[in-house]
This record gives sequence, structure tokens and C-alpha cells, in this order.
Amino acid sequence: MGILIYGIINSIVFALIAMGFALVYGISRLPNFAHGAFYILAGFLTYTFLLGLGLNSPTSIILSLIIIAGIGAAVYRFLLIRIRGMEASEIIASLAIGLAIMEGLRFAGFRGKTYTLPVFLEGTVRIAGVPVDFQRLIIIGVGVVLIVVLWLFTHHTKVGLALRAMAQDEGAALMLGIDTDFAALIALALGSVLAGLAAIVILPLGNITVETGYDILINAIAVCIIGGLGSWVGAVIASFILGFAQMLTVYIVGAQWQMVVGLLAIILILIARPSGLLARQKELEERV
Amino acid sequence: MLTQVGPRERRKERLDRGLKVRTEGIYALSSGKEALYLLAPRLTLILGLLILPLLMPNLYWQRVICITGVFGLLSLAFDFLANYVGLICLGGALFMGVGGYITGILNSLFGMPLVATIPAATVVGAVFSTVLLSPCFPLRGIYFAIVTLMYPLAASRIIEALDIFGGTEGMADLDTLPNIWFASYSIIPVLLVSLFALRRLVTEDIGLVLRGLKDNDQAAKASGISITRYKAYSTFIASAIGCFTGAYLVHLYGWAGISLFALDFSILPIAASVIGGMGTLVGPVLGAFILIPLTELLRELGTLRIVFYSLLLAGFIVFNPEGLMTYAQRKYHQFEHWVEV
Amino acid sequence: MAEEVLLQVKNATKSFGGVKAVVDVSLSLFKGEILGMIGPNGSGKTTLVNLITGFVKPDSGEVLFKDKRITGLQPHKIANLGITRTFQIMRPYHSLSAFKNLIVPLYSPRVRRSTGGRLGDRDAVAIDILEEIGFERDAYVPYKIASSLPLGYLKRLELARCIAMRPEIIICDEIFSGLSMAEIATMVPLLEKLQMQGTTIMMIEHRLRELFRLVNRVIVLNFGEKLAEGIPEEVIEKPDVREAYLGTEVDNVRD
Repeated sequence: MGILIYGIINSIVFALIAMGFALVYGISRLPNFAHGAFYILAGFLTYTFLLGLGLNSPTSIILSLIIIAGIGAAVYRFLLIRIRGMEASEIIASLAIGLAIMEGLRFAGFRGKTYTLPVFLEGTVRIAGVPVDFQRLIIIGVGVVLIVVLWLFTHHTKVGLALRAMAQDEGAALMLGIDTDFAALIALALGSVLAGLAAIVILPLGNITVETGYDILINAIAVCIIGGLGSWVGAVIASFILGFAQMLTVYIVGAQWQMVVGLLAIILILIARPSGLLARQKELEERV
Repeated sequence: MLTQVGPRERRKERLDRGLKVRTEGIYALSSGKEALYLLAPRLTLILGLLILPLLMPNLYWQRVICITGVFGLLSLAFDFLANYVGLICLGGALFMGVGGYITGILNSLFGMPLVATIPAATVVGAVFSTVLLSPCFPLRGIYFAIVTLMYPLAASRIIEALDIFGGTEGMADLDTLPNIWFASYSIIPVLLVSLFALRRLVTEDIGLVLRGLKDNDQAAKASGISITRYKAYSTFIASAIGCFTGAYLVHLYGWAGISLFALDFSILPIAASVIGGMGTLVGPVLGAFILIPLTELLRELGTLRIVFYSLLLAGFIVFNPEGLMTYAQRKYHQFEHWVEV
Repeated sequence: MAEEVLLQVKNATKSFGGVKAVVDVSLSLFKGEILGMIGPNGSGKTTLVNLITGFVKPDSGEVLFKDKRITGLQPHKIANLGITRTFQIMRPYHSLSAFKNLIVPLYSPRVRRSTGGRLGDRDAVAIDILEEIGFERDAYVPYKIASSLPLGYLKRLELARCIAMRPEIIICDEIFSGLSMAEIATMVPLLEKLQMQGTTIMMIEHRLRELFRLVNRVIVLNFGEKLAEGIPEEVIEKPDVREAYLGTEVDNVRD
């Protein structure tokens, strides 16, 4: 029972982590390898506002989300916009930007295990005999709400449908008068906000370290690859697959294998079924 | 009446220098000047690199030159794979780690001397890496890039989790290279030989086949070329270079550990290639010789080093993707002047 | 014409997702003939070519070359057996010069042994082939980078790449489309010459008038199914073929 409940929590954590990456790739076909850096940056920003400057929590959360959105948008507007469509360059450049942000944070003094965000609510409840703390319940709440809202947005609103259409054929979208650059800018800002939001609800469970940023990036990529890059529903289902796979691995084999699951998942899925476990026939696109 | 006002339209016109035209292709050299035109850049490079270790003030900087040579080779391998075969391999650290661990195991467990371990690690490691990467050969660019980026990360986590080969501690007390002169004068000739050999290779017929693969794999298939085979050949070449550097580095430090799989060994060569000029083979080597000493200067400042080269990499790839060497070649071979349109 | 069957497609079917691209198509290609394949856009012609040359694997059915099953073989193996193709969307090696483009097929196992091993041996062969196909030998054209060549030359380069393989069968996928009458006029004798030398040719074409001057037989595809087969003049008179082609060039063909 514990495994089931914590498996679900773990899966929702994965969904939250991957959502930003999936959104950016889904709309603008841009693999944002700076995702982990945005996540960890949001954590440190909130920490600074909350505990360094002593602001109250809503203000610090909103402030850091605004800043992280601005950074995401700026990275697109001033850097990535020039290399749109050159996939290798996009990966290398965003990875380098992410590295610079993360190692810059480390250089600025954010290292060691002393940085923690406070939990929103203290206390635990028992669900079916398993103790679950309120913070994890909040994660589930935020996660489920975001999944539903984003699904409704992309599948049932005009703007969302337009964005998805754009992802499928940018040339056609351009001809129909959709400003694809602006849409990508918004996508990156939104994706960064999602990364920040995930950080703010998840990080109180542990310490904020720069290393987390790398793991977040790997997990986000793993979820998106398993679900099929650019697929929404796929990403959500994939986070449950990966969430439980990781949970069981840790439970059966040992905690040191935690990150290996995601990494091996990426490698094996890409080799065996590059379009993802759940994707429809797209094979011709990925393979030569 | 002339109604058009404002700045006159003009564009830059580039013309090949007569000397370049006379010395390239099928024409025979007819004067010392022409020979010099061809030889001067090559001789400068060869002599420059050979003299470099002699100019270093102390042991520390001599070691930096050795490490720079290592990165030069890794950059060369990256450039060859990315721009002549079309395999964008973001995991240079994989080759490094495989070569390093093999030499470490051979040296510490079997007690083989380093004259045997380095060649063995080069060949065995190259075969091993090629086999590891072979399932990825059918993957399209972005997917190949992602999967190769993950390989070294997975390798280090697996070694950590299994706690084999010394686990996180690594294998210490391995044989070291006899002295610094041996160290520097073994890596630099290897670098030069690899550079000129690869340059020769890409103009040979088999090199043209590889470039054909990069330009258009479908057409290559229709021409009876087995994509997997030629990708395997070229991965073998690149990983042999990478594994050699891994083995060399392990014997330079006398230590092998999971930091051989570190992201540094994947990203720095890419940065060197982008800065030096992708697709020129010489460029990435020169890029390494510019970038690595610069980052060494920052080493005391901790991770600022990584910030520095990451930003440089992002900046070059976004704003100046042609790199320094392409620029230099253009200046050497062509006149430029503005013409009014 | 000797009625020796060189290539045979038996009941080939292929669908992508829900779309049936090729449905139960059978055809035979006789040695030394030029076979035309026509049909409206989206009728499965290119898919059929992909099935024969191994780029796509059929859901069912088989392909026989000289009575040997080649279904499911890798494309490069099929090419080395002697079946080559051009691509509808031209695929030159754009960073190589025109004659270097031919080095790739000349380096294939099929041709490797017959051209010399030293650097430059294949260059001479490549330039000979290009001259044969209409690249002026002493001009700068064969040395130009492929990405800067005009359409007419690119189409010829596609064909040249096939010829360099010394194939038994060449499959041309819309090799005339986009060319001027003058350009086609220079290519027709070339194809006739290839046929005289014993090469079997299969041509997919929309330019019916030019096609019908060349081919001995023609096959009509519509919605992935074989609609008709036979001598061009007879096939085009059939009502269902006319219906499939309604509004296109049918009336112009008869001159």
C-alpha cells in the first residue's frame, strides 16, 4: 500500500518536473536542456526572497515565478531565436546556458546542504494506514490541477489548439498568420514558470543543491522520451511508468539505482522505439 | 531625377586569391612562393605545437599542455563525427571513460605495463564503444545527440551503484608516465598525426562516402552503401582517439575514477570545436589550445571556469557559428572588398 | 522482346496508419523493357518503388528479383544486387561537387572491384559518366558544388548516380518533372541508349506524352490498386483510366 501511494506521489512529481520541458517542446519543438537550471534557479530565488530578504511566501513565490519567466523569455529572445530549427545547436546552446546558470549558482555560493525551503503546511495524515505529510498532498493537488488545466488548455481552447497545430507544421502556421516566434517565446516563459512551480512545491521535501538540477533535467527528458517527444498525454502516462519503475527499483534493488532508471530508460527507449512507448506511427521521422 | 536617398546598397564581394587558385587541385606547383603558400600554415602549426612544451615556464603549465593535447584530440574526434559523418556525439566522455577504465583495470588488476595498456585500451575501448553505440546508428540527429549525452552519465552512475572498479574512490596508484617530457612529447605527435591522417581520410574516396552519408543517407543507401557499416567505421576511428586520450590521462595522473565520465570531457571539446570552427578539423584543435589554457587560468576560482566556457560556447554557437578557423581561412585565401550594388 | 521476367512483385500491400498506400499490387518487369507507371498523385507509385527497393517493408506480399526473394532486404543490399532508383525529391550530396557525388556509388561493393583503388581513379570514371549524361566535360559544371546546381543538372545527377552503379534495373521516380522540353529531349536518347545496352528501366511519370514515346508497357495505379496494364494507347482508352485521369493530359496524349 505504501508503495502504491508513494508511487503515485513519485509519479506526480515526475509529471510536474517534465511538464515544463514537454510544454516547450510540444509548442516550439525546442529541446530546452536548460530546464533543470530553471528549476533549481527558481528554488534558490524563492529561498533568497523568503529567507534571505524575509518576504512572505506568496510574494516570494510570485516574484520568483515572474523572474524565472522573464529569464526564460530572455533566453529565447536573445539567444535561442537565432538558432531555431537547428536541433543540434539548440541542444548544445541550451545545455550550455543551463550549465552556466547552475555552475554560476554554485560559484555564487549556493553549495552544501544548508538550503531548504520551508514546507507550506506542517503535519501528516494517514491514508489507508500510510502516513503522508501535507506537503506531498499539496504536490498531488498542484500536479493534478496543472495536468488537467494544461490538458484542457491544449485540447479545448482555440489558443491551445493553435499552438499544437503550430508544433506540427510551423511553416503552415506562419502562412496562417500565427507569430510562431512570439508563441515560442510564450512557450519558453510558460515552461520556465512550470519548472519554477514544480521546484517550489517539490523542493521543501529535500535540500536545494545544484546537483539536483542535473537530475531534474535527466528525469524530465526521460519522461518525455518514454511518452514520445512532443506528446502530452504520453508524458503524463510516462511519468507514472517512470515514477513506479523508479519507486520499485529503489524498493527492491537499492537507492543508489534511483537515477540509473531514468538514464537507462532514455537509452533503451531511444534505441528500441525512438518515437516513445505510446506514440503512433512516426518511425520514418526518427529513423534513417 | 534620382529619388532614392539613404545609404547606398553595398555588399561584400569575396574573390579567391590567385595564389590559392594556382596551388589547388590539378595544377602543379611552379614556384617557391606557391609552395610556401601551401606549406607555411602547416609548418607553423607543426613546429608551433612541437615547440610549445619547451616554452612552458614550469611543470604545472607543461601539464596543462598535456591536458590541452587531450582535449585537442577529443575535439578532433567530435568534429570528425559531427561534420564529416553527421553523428553529433555529445558524449565524448564515454570514450574517455571507457579507455581510462580499461587501462586502469589492465594496469591494476593484471599488472600490465603502460606501454601495453595504452595501446590495448585504445583498441579494446574503441571496439567496446563502437558496439555500445551501434544500436544508435539508425537514429536521427537529435535522438542520437540525446542518447550519446546520456551514455557517460549512465556509465558513471552504474559504476557508482555497483561499486565496481573502486566505486566512487576510483583506482589509485596506477603507473604514471616516466616524466613530463615523455608525457608532452607523446601526446603532441599523436595529435598531429591524427589531425593530418583525418584530413587525408576525409578527402579520400572513403571520406567522400562518409560525407555523402552526412549529406544524404537515403541516397547513400540507394547507392549500395551500408550506413551502419560506415558509421561503425567512423565511430571506431573517433572512439579510438577518445579511448587513447582516456588511457593517456589515467597514466598522466596515475588514477582512474568516475570523473573520467564527467560532463567536462563532453562539453569542452564541443566548445573548442565551435570556437575553433566546425568542420575544419584544424580549428577544433586550435580551439582547444586557446580554450583550455584560458579555463586553466580560472581553475582557482572553482566552477567559474565552467560558467566561462559554457557562456563562450553558447555565445559562439548563437552569434558566430563559423568559428575562428573558418574566418582565418577566408582571410588567407580570399580578398574581400565592398562593391556598390 | 525476350519475355524473361527480371523482377516480380506479388500481391504487395502496405498501409501507413489507416491509409492504404498500396493494395495487393502485382507486376512483372521483363528484361530489357521500359515500363511506365502512371497514376494520379497519392496513388501509391512512390510507395511501390520504396517497397521494391527496400526503403519500406511490405505488410504482405513479396518481391522477386531473378526468382529470388528480396522482400525485407536492406536497401543497400538491394542496390548492390543491381536495382537502383532516383528520388522524386532530389537527394544530392549537397556539400560535394557534382563528380564527387558519383564517388559514393562508385565506392559501393557492387562497383568497387572494377574501378581502380588509387586516389583519383574513380574521379576519371565519374567524369566520364557525367559527360555521357550531358555535363560538359571541359566546363566548370562537373566541379561545382551540388547544392549550387540548377534543377536540370540535379535530375541528371540523380540518374548519373544510378548509372554509376552499373545496374540491371533503374527505377526513375518522376525524372522529367520540372524540366523543360529541351532538357527532356536531351535525356530521352540517354534512356534509350541505356535500354539498348540491356538495362531494364521502370519510369514513374506524370508527363504522359514524353513517357509514351519511350515505354513499351504501362501500368496504371489508382488509390493504391492496379487499375490497368498494357500498351499505352490501349490503356489510355479504358474508361476507368480516363476517369482516374479526368481533366489531366489524357486528351493531349493522342496528338
